[in-house]
Amino acid sequence: MSDQALFWIFAILAGGGAIGVVILQDIVRMAFSLIISLGSTAGLFFLLDADFVAATQLLVYVGGTLVLLIFGVMLTASGPFRRIQMSSGETFVGAAVGLLFFSVIAFTVIDVEWETLDRSHRPVAEATNDETGNTSRAIGLRLVGIPADTEVGIHKDRGEKTGYLLPFEIVSIHLLVVLVGAAYLARAKRQETSEAAGGDA
Amino acid sequence: MDASLTNYLLIGAVMFVSGVVCMATKRNGIAVLMGVELVLNGANVNFVAFSRHTSLGLDGQIVSLFVIVLAAAEAAVALAIALNFYNNYQTIDVDRGDKLQG
Repeated sequence: MSDQALFWIFAILAGGGAIGVVILQDIVRMAFSLIISLGSTAGLFFLLDADFVAATQLLVYVGGTLVLLIFGVMLTASGPFRRIQMSSGETFVGAAVGLLFFSVIAFTVIDVEWETLDRSHRPVAEATNDETGNTSRAIGLRLVGIPADTEVGIHKDRGEKTGYLLPFEIVSIHLLVVLVGAAYLARAKRQETSEAAGGDA
Repeated sequence: MDASLTNYLLIGAVMFVSGVVCMATKRNGIAVLMGVELVLNGANVNFVAFSRHTSLGLDGQIVSLFVIVLAAAEAAVALAIALNFYNNYQTIDVDRGDKLQG
């Protein structure tokens, strides 16, 4: 039963935070609402037996990406840009389109009979091989292509050959390129102004 | 109602739709970025819920990890672009970025 209560608390916080991001006008309050939403999503991940993903969500998303966004808010939220009002007509159209879009998705989700999918076993619990719910070892083995329900070195012929090593490497290179690109983009203007200032002097 | 797959999918739908509406209606560039984060997070909820409730297994969790990492990378680059836009135009209102409109 406590799982039920936790689910509803996290679900209401996640959905309410997401709706708050849309409704609130002040950019700082929007950022705080986003923090609540993403943090509660990490709680939902914990309830779904995905502890490694939940920890990553807290560390990378809430701890990294949102801090980056809040720095952007602080650097740009000066004077009139802190709240940019929409006209009431835009607000009405936005709300109507959002409600229609949500009803399309909701009716689809409710209509489909998910019970027909294979739920005879609990795949994640089986893969983790223990009752502690620790998925980090299983995810690590899955990344290198070893099915987690076999011991390392045994049943090698049974193992699937396709792991996630290539996507992992691509993402690594992608992160490196993004770091260099972001640093370049953020530096370019400052160099220009210093050159211009030097030229003026 | 129990915390079944449908409930998680509905939560994911709420976050996704909120993100789309946020991207479409907000005029502050940083707020548009927040909408993108919400959309990616709603998709992540769906991935992890399917990973738990169907035979998808751990693959859903691994894909959601990739989504988290790519969202972080996207936020870094988009924020650098937004700061450059702010430096050049002295505003963060995306409606003012119409130089390419012709």
